[in-house]
Order: sequence, then structure tokens, then C-alpha cells
Amino acid sequence: MTRAELVEWARDIYDDLDFTVVRQWLAEHPTRKAAGYLPVYAPRELLHATGFLPVGVHGGGDRLEIIRGDAFYQSYICHLPRSVIELAQSGRLDMLSAVLFPSTCDVIRNLSGMWKLLYPDVYVRYIDVPQVPDPGAAAEFWAGELNHLLDDLAGVSGHRPTDDELRHSIAVYNETREMIRTLYALRRERPWDVPTEELYLLLRAGESIPPETFLARARQYLAAVEADPKRPRDNSRVVIVGAFCEQPPLGLIKSIERAGCYIVDDDFLLGNRFLTHDVPADANPVRALADAFIRNDMASSVLYEIDPMGKRNLMKNRVAAASADGIIFATPSFCDPALLDQPMLRAGAETAGIPCIAFKYAENTGQFQQFREQAGTFADSIKLWGAA
Amino acid sequence: MSCVVGIDLGSTTTKAVILDGNGDVLGRGITNSRSNYDLAAAVAKTEAFINARFGLIEQRVEATETAEAVAILRRAFVMEQLLHQLRRLEVLLLEEVDKSAPPQLARPFREAIEEICRRITAEEEARFRQPALLRSDFFRDAVGSAFMRIAEQIGDPTGVSFDRLIGVYDKCIIRVENEPMDLDFRDHIGDALARVSNPRLADAVEYAVAYDLTPAATVGTGYGRARLPFPKEQIRSEILCHGLGAHAMFPGTRTVLDIGGQDTKAIQVDGAGIVTGFQMNDRCAAGCGRYLGYIADEMSLGLHELGPLAELSKRSVKINSTCTVFAGAELRERLSLGEKREDILAGLHRAIVIRAMSLLARSGGVDDEFTFTGGVAKNPAAVRAIRELIQENYGERTLNISPESIYTGALGAALFANRMVA
Amino acid sequence: MAEALKDRSMVLQKEMIANHFERLAQAPETGEKVVYTFVPGNLTELIRSFGALPVLPEINALQSGMRKLSGEYIAEAERAGHSEDVCTYVKCDIGMMRAGNIGPGGTKLPKPDLLLLSYTGCYTFMKWFELLREEYDCPTVMFHVPYQGDGKLEPEHREYMLRQLREQVIPALEKVTGRKYDEEKLRHHLQLSAMAEDDLVAVLQAGKTVPSPIDGYFGTVYYVGPIFSAFRGTQEGVDYYRALREEVEERSALGLGPITPEGPLEGEKYRLVVEGPPNWTHFRDFWKMFADEKAVVVASTYTKVGGTYDFGFRHDPNDPLGTMADYCSGCYTNLNLPARIDMIVRYIEEYKADGFLINSVKSCNSFSAGQLMILREVEKRTGIPGAFIESDLVDPRYFSAANIKNRLESYFQMIDARRAGRTA
Repeated sequence: MTRAELVEWARDIYDDLDFTVVRQWLAEHPTRKAAGYLPVYAPRELLHATGFLPVGVHGGGDRLEIIRGDAFYQSYICHLPRSVIELAQSGRLDMLSAVLFPSTCDVIRNLSGMWKLLYPDVYVRYIDVPQVPDPGAAAEFWAGELNHLLDDLAGVSGHRPTDDELRHSIAVYNETREMIRTLYALRRERPWDVPTEELYLLLRAGESIPPETFLARARQYLAAVEADPKRPRDNSRVVIVGAFCEQPPLGLIKSIERAGCYIVDDDFLLGNRFLTHDVPADANPVRALADAFIRNDMASSVLYEIDPMGKRNLMKNRVAAASADGIIFATPSFCDPALLDQPMLRAGAETAGIPCIAFKYAENTGQFQQFREQAGTFADSIKLWGAA
Repeated sequence: MSCVVGIDLGSTTTKAVILDGNGDVLGRGITNSRSNYDLAAAVAKTEAFINARFGLIEQRVEATETAEAVAILRRAFVMEQLLHQLRRLEVLLLEEVDKSAPPQLARPFREAIEEICRRITAEEEARFRQPALLRSDFFRDAVGSAFMRIAEQIGDPTGVSFDRLIGVYDKCIIRVENEPMDLDFRDHIGDALARVSNPRLADAVEYAVAYDLTPAATVGTGYGRARLPFPKEQIRSEILCHGLGAHAMFPGTRTVLDIGGQDTKAIQVDGAGIVTGFQMNDRCAAGCGRYLGYIADEMSLGLHELGPLAELSKRSVKINSTCTVFAGAELRERLSLGEKREDILAGLHRAIVIRAMSLLARSGGVDDEFTFTGGVAKNPAAVRAIRELIQENYGERTLNISPESIYTGALGAALFANRMVA
Repeated sequence: MAEALKDRSMVLQKEMIANHFERLAQAPETGEKVVYTFVPGNLTELIRSFGALPVLPEINALQSGMRKLSGEYIAEAERAGHSEDVCTYVKCDIGMMRAGNIGPGGTKLPKPDLLLLSYTGCYTFMKWFELLREEYDCPTVMFHVPYQGDGKLEPEHREYMLRQLREQVIPALEKVTGRKYDEEKLRHHLQLSAMAEDDLVAVLQAGKTVPSPIDGYFGTVYYVGPIFSAFRGTQEGVDYYRALREEVEERSALGLGPITPEGPLEGEKYRLVVEGPPNWTHFRDFWKMFADEKAVVVASTYTKVGGTYDFGFRHDPNDPLGTMADYCSGCYTNLNLPARIDMIVRYIEEYKADGFLINSVKSCNSFSAGQLMILREVEKRTGIPGAFIESDLVDPRYFSAANIKNRLESYFQMIDARRAGRTA
């Protein structure tokens, strides 16, 4: 497939609020079930091993009109949950037999309780991840949670995986993570060859298809990129920070790129990259998954930061790792984790002399003029500043 | 005859309804709400009583005279009222000129004012003889536009300029509106009768003048109800009044949606019109009539033009932001992208109705029958959008909209007053 | 008689709070150690057993709200880059700190020697102490209380909390205070807690009496103050709740209504259950809107954020660490939505309420996200329509008196109309 064909394939999946690919998969696998998970981190290996198709639930973006969802949420709560409720209340998520709600914030947490009441036949679990990298109590707690989840999921799917099957699922997701690291590295090195719009669509498609299919498509995409190199432009290199839960509309990503910015690192679909290292596929699988989370060194706004210098250094480190020129804080309105973190992150960035701008969006934001202007001015000022 | 009064002190208009002992409507009155709430209530009430007395005239002459004759008398009455206010306005204007005009301009200024008032009087008299199109009966609207037009014609940029004339007008019109004036039936019906010189009406007029209409009870409601000079027992919430009023207009009503200027209410009522649940819009103004007001301003259109223009749309644009603050920006961006005005407007109407839909859902959904009230119920595009969305989400529902829907709250208040005497 | 007794509990409370802030102000001189922690899941007995003094930032923020200082504090934090969208307790606290950290007692609050981050029922707590840690050079210890996602305390979660207490929290306190963990001392404090809790529950459950001798929301906010803050497990706490209980029982025996800022409320007309925290910037005006209508709140959920005692839980000196884990897990905001709904429905039934109201505050997603679902479910299960109003904790910009009054009036009149309809 060509680059354009792959992007169109991904875009179709992204645009399709009826989750046709998921429904097709279920039709082709009549004994299997699908399970949804909300942002940010969910242990997809367990879903995979118990036979579920893992499906990322990210709301309907700017493609969904909210009619029922607003009846559940006050105007000062972010857009994501009302969009998810809208999808569910309109029957678009009725193929999910289980839904996992990670401890990303209290809004998603409480949504788990709403789901229990609204859809009593669906398996619902709040995923309370450990907040400190403590290899003792926290690892044991998390392993306990994973085992509990595994038992429950096996009960719902009717398939209790062997340790080998669990190890296989871990290996598949190790490969997925490796692939995503490769894609991000390539974009970091040659952002002109991997526009973020394309990368994002590919990853979004990956949220609705089996990981094996995603891997096959991603390999095709890598090949297509090599076959279709683009010319570098004199763009500024930016890191987009804060968009880890409610996803920005595609138009926002495009606007930033078209305004003269190469996005060289971001928080989009962060759950994909939450584990930074391979999970050992030869150990006790559940324990290995638990330990991987505890040993994980992905710093983000999602988890508690144990290092008192962590917030101050995070932006400096990310900008350095991505050889970026500046940071755009693009944060969903009313997003507690991102907005409460921002003053700390921004102070750290500014102390390190990193140029920053900040704006807020909602997944259904319909106008991008102001973002284009800000991002464009930012890109230009970085160049002027760098040249001076 | 024993009667009761209901007053609905809204954010833009104040309404009054008078009921007889059977709960039948005797008269309705409306005026623009103004800084002086007491006065607005008094004016609306006076208007309602005037209407009630004209109703009596109609009854009385039914056998002998045409409805047309009463209508002419009525027009004469309205004109007498207007001329009375105009004379008062002129006095105030002249006083203001004496007080504030530069000495060298005092004379031409007075003459200009007198000339404008003379012309308005002549226009009104001509209008009475040859009725033109309908227009607002509010004194401010009727006189304001004429004053502006004539001031433009006779204003002298080097002397008594348009700006000067408008300056004194703006000062005085507020005073006219906010001082109590004799505008009652008895004050002007004599002059009106003389003007139409129709002796066949004299007996009926005499009958109507003498007729005893003493309110046995008055109940107030509306946004400004706390400012009505009534004891607490005579105040009812808008929610209760809207519910009962809608029930009286359409007894099958179970769900009421009221979209007004300041707020939106979704109300559920039982078979007796008693409210069983309600929701009002949150702090955010999105989804209220006010949102459409901003859009109209942004497009330099009149509020009443929005709906009909949106109705021309063949392909509605999806509008994401119902945020009043962002509405202007989104609108401009859409226009710059080449979207048609009517398509954007159709999308905007749908967007505000969607907000109302979520309030309806919060209040318990849409039961049959569904009654839509408030200023926005007059907007055809909003009505169309609500019809579609209810069909999509709740299935077939009877949709009631009364031409008198603006009086729903006042009617409910009057019904509560009726219960107090019963 | 009743008036004199009322004065006694109020005087006691005033004294104990004044003494506490005085001690805090002196702490830099006396060398007493200061531990900042949060109301839900506060480990006061443990802190006290180490001879340290607790500081509760939420209490300071709400006090700033009541003293009309929060608006300026929030503005200060927003000028410093904090978002308009987020929790105003946090911004008020940061603003207060920047303005010199003068606490509710009018004296300067000491810096923390330890930030004890009890992550119980509120995500924002983690960010709050991350933010404070940027300002204070002191250790932070995290205590993760797992959320009751499935509506119960799971044994593994209890075990996890015990391990954290033993392996993280106690060592941190030992290090900061230089004292060894003394379980006997802890048991002593827990014993005192249980005594005060018995009396508090008697006070709360007085709301079941018709007419109610207490206001279970506005009035009870004062009643729970000591036990939610620094005085659980102290003799002052025990004395206060004993005095309060005597007063309330006396009012109850005499058939008297609750005390409000406008004086005693007689002729109770509406009995309500309230969900959600109050607004603090206009607390008295808000209360008056109820009192003027002779509406009495008979029970509320907010008064359970610092611990849920009325369904039987008491601190148990025989299981010192386990009982603290049980306590933390049961705090209201750590309960899932179905459990919260059950609690409200139970209150409506047991306290013979004829209405319920949700005060939805913009600041607090832990409370607010899902409240419209709570409204719907409670209405469905009780057949009683609820009222829904919006305000904020300490942001004066988010209190629209006219709007709220309008809704409350409409709501009370609806209850009247329904009653009239029922009897007709």
C-alpha cells in the first residue's frame, strides 16, 4: 500500500464512529468479545490474552453531535466523558462486553460508576494504578489488581489464558511498543517524512484493531515512508504537552503543523507508550507486567511524581531528548491532571530557557484560526530567537 | 365581576393576564420591562384591563355593531394614549433644552423639537385614518424610530444637529417610560370615542367604563418577581406558573420547554398542571435566547430575521461551540471559509436546541404532549430543529405552540391567584 | 438553659481552634513538628501519636472563603499561571501561601515538616502536594487509599494500605519527629476517637427527629469541624462532642428546631437531604435562603467526607493500623457512584426527607462528575424530584445568589404544590 492509501485506511477507521472494524472483527470471530478502555493506561495484554479485542474509547471528537451526553455533565467538566456517554447512549459502544476505566482523574473514575448503573450487563472495572514506584507494597498491590482483573476478564470471555498465552500477549505488545518507539524516533529524526497527522491517524486506527494487524500496517507504513521521502522545510521543532487524555481534534494537529511546526514529541495516545521498556516475556507474566509498570520511567502528568525535582526537569529532559526548540502546552479545557501540572512544567521549561506557549482545546473544537496564528507566531519567533 | 390578575415580570417584557371567576381570560397586556419594575408591572396590568374593557365593549355591541367598528375605536384609543405620552415627552424635551442647550441654540432647538413632535402627531393621525403595517405598540419603539427619522431630516450639522436632538431624546424617553402616567381606559376612551364619532358605540363604552373590575387577587411571577411590591404569598416561581399556564393552554401537556432571553427551563407537569420536576440551564448562557441575540448582532440582523433566514438552508453546518463567547469567532471563521449564512444559522439553531434537549433529558425526558413556550418558540428554525430532535430521540410527540405563548407565565400566575380566592 | 449550653459547645470549639493555631504559630520556636495532610483519609491519631500537629489545607481554604479572602488569593494564583478551570481550594491555598501564609487564626502558619499525601478520594490531592512541594523543602510521603470501585473495601486493598503505613508512612513520621512509633499511644488516641465518634453519630442522627433539632448540612459543617481537622483522637475532641450531644439531645427533647445564624428555626416546613459541598464565600447567605423558607437539611453527604460513622464504623484501638485503613477507605469521596446513591436514598428514607438537593461545585470533580446521574437515579428510586444548583467552593465569581434563590424558591414551591396535589 502507498502512504496515501494507508493514511486513507486509517482515516476511515478514525472517522467511523460506529466502530465498523470492531463489529466486523466480532462477526468474523463469533466466539470472541470486545473490551473498551479509556485513557490513559490500561493493561491491554490481559485483554488480549483473555481473547478480547482491545478497543480504545476516545470519544467522538469533532465528528459527534452531543445530544444525550450533555444531560449527564455540567458545563465545567471536560468534553471527553459526555462524548463517550453520547457514543454509548446512541448504541455505538454496544459491542463492548467490558470497559476499563483507568485512574487518570476523578471524572473518568466516576464514569466507571455511571457505567455500572447505565449498563449493568457490561463488565466494568476501575483500574487503580499504583502511584509510587515502590517495588514492595505497590508492586504487590498492582500484581494483585492485575490478577483480579485477569480472573474477571477470563470469566467474561470464557477463556482463561495459560502463562504461555499471557507471555505471548506480552510479546505482541512489546513488539507494538517497539514499533511505536521506532515511529516516534523516525518522526523525531525526519519529521518531514512522518507528518504527525499521519502518525496520529495510524495510532488511532491501532486503537480499534488487533495489535497484530496494527503491526502489519505500521510496517507497511514504514516501508511506504522510505519509498516516498519528502523535502525538509525550515520548520520549528516543538513538543506538544498535555493532550494525553481527551484527544485534540485532527484539525488542531494539522493547524500546528501547517503553521510551521514540526511536532517531534507529544502526549497523544500516551497509553501506547506508557511502558518504556519491554516487559520480560519469560517470567511470571502477571508479576512481570506489574514490575514493568513499577520500574517504568515514563514521567507524565498522569501519575504522582515522587522525585521533588521531577516536575522541574521534565520539560527540559523531553525537549533535549527530542532536540526540540520549544513547547506547546495544548491542554483540554477542564483537564485536572494537565492543567494542575502546567504551572510546574512551565516554570521548569522557562527556567531552562525553553520557549513555551499554551492554549486549551476541546475534542470538538471547531475553529482553529487562533491556534494557527499562535503556533505560527511561535514558530517564527523561535526562528528569530534562534538566529539572534 | 370578580377577577384576578397574574403578572409575569420577565427580563425583556412584562406581561399581565386577567381572568374572570371561571378562569377565562378577560384581557392580556404586555410592555417592555424597564429599570422601574413596579411601573412595568403597573403598565402591563393597565394594558390588560384596557383589553378586558374593550372585550366588554365587543360583547355589548355584538348584536348591533361590527367588530371593525370596535377595532377602529381601539386604534383611536391607542393613538390617544400615544399622543398623551408624546405631549409629556415634548414638555420634558423642551425643559431639557432650556436647561442644557447653549444660549445661541436655545430658540432653534426648541423649534426643532416642536417641529418633530408636530410631525409625529400628524403622522400618527394619518396612520389612524389609513392604518399601515403592524408595528410595536411600545411607546419607545413607535416614537423612537419616527423621532430619529425626522431628526435626521431636519437636523442641522452646523447648529441643532442630529446628535444633539438624539441626545436630549435619549435622556427624556427614559423619564417618560419611568414615570407613572394616566394611560388608563377611563383617561382616554372619551377622546377616542369623540375621534371616531360613532354614537352607536357610546352606550357600550359607558357600560365598559362603569363595569366593576376589581381584582380579588394578584399573583406575580417571573425573573424579576422578587422586586414586585407583593407579599410573599402572592409570588410564585416561574417554573410553577409556566407549568400551570401551559397546562391551561393545552391540558394534555406533560412536558414544557421554555426558552427565554435569560434562561431555559424544562418542566414536567402532571395531569393537573402541577410541576413534578424541572431543570434550568446552568451558569452558561449557551442555549438561551440571548445566544441568538449575540448571533443576530454579529450578523447585523434583527433577532426576528434569524429563523426565517435559517429556514432557507438546504445543508445545515455542524456547529460545535454553543459557547456564547466563542460563537462570534466560530461564525466569522465559517463565513471566511465560504459557508452560507443560512447554513450556518441553521446549524446554530440546531446547536441551541441541542442544549435545550439536554435540559429536557435532565428533567426526565419528553412526554406527550410537549408544549414549547418563550420568545424562541416564535422562531421557525428553532421550532423545526426541536421537532426533528424530539422525533429522533423520543419518537412521535404532539408539539403545542400557542400564539399567546408569551403569556404562559402570567396565565399560570393568574390561575394561582384564582385558587387564592376560590 | 438550651441557649447557655449552645454557647458552651461553641465556646469550646472556638477555644480549641484558637489554641491549635496558636500552637502552630509557636511551632517554629517550640520545635513541635507540623504535618500537612488532607481531610479525607487524615491520619490524625497517628500524627498525634508522634507528637506532631496536623495542618489541613482544605480547612484553611474554606476559612479563607468564609472570611472573604479567597477571591484575592485565587486571583494571585491565577496571575501566577494557574488555570481558571481547576480546583479553587488549591489556588486559594497557593495564593494564601504567597500572601504570607497567614492562617485562619490570624497568625502565620508554620512550614510543613512533612507533607503526608493521603490520596483518598481525590485525584487533585496529588497535584496539590506536588505544587506545595515546589515551595517547601520538606519530605513528602504518599499514602494511596484505593478507591472502592466495586463498592467495597477489598481485603488486598486493606493489606496494601497496612503495608504502606508500616513501610512508608510510619518511617517517614519517625524520621521527621525523631520519635519511635508508639502503638500504645496510638491506641490511646484511637480510643478517644471512638468516644467522640459515638457522640457525633448521636448528633447526626438527631436529624431523624421531626422536627429536626439540627441542620444536617449548614449547622453540621460546624459540628464536624473538630473531628475532620485536628481534634480527632484528642481529649478536647471528646469534651466538645459530649457537650454538643447534650445540647442537641436537649433541643430534641424540647421539640426545638436547629440554631441558624438568624436565630432558632421554628416551624420546620421542608426536610431535605443535600449532596455536595457547600459554597463557602456566601455560606451565610446560602444558609439563609433555606432558613427563610423554613427548610431544614436533615442529612448530607458532605459531612461524611472526613469519615463515615453513621453506618457503624468506629476507630478500633484493638486494630490500630487496620482501623485507620478502614476509616480512610470509607470516606465519602472514596465511595463509588452506586454507593453514594444508596447512601442518599437511605438518608431520604431514614431521615423522612421530602426533598433532596445537589449543590454541584465547579471545583470538585470527585464530587461533581456524575452528579446528574445521581440526581436521575435518586429521583427514580425515591419518586422524589431533586433540585440541582451550581456554585463553587471558594471562588466568589461562581456564586450567583439570584440564580440560586430562584431555583430554591421554585423547588420549595414545587414541593408545596405536590403536597397540595396529594391531599386534594
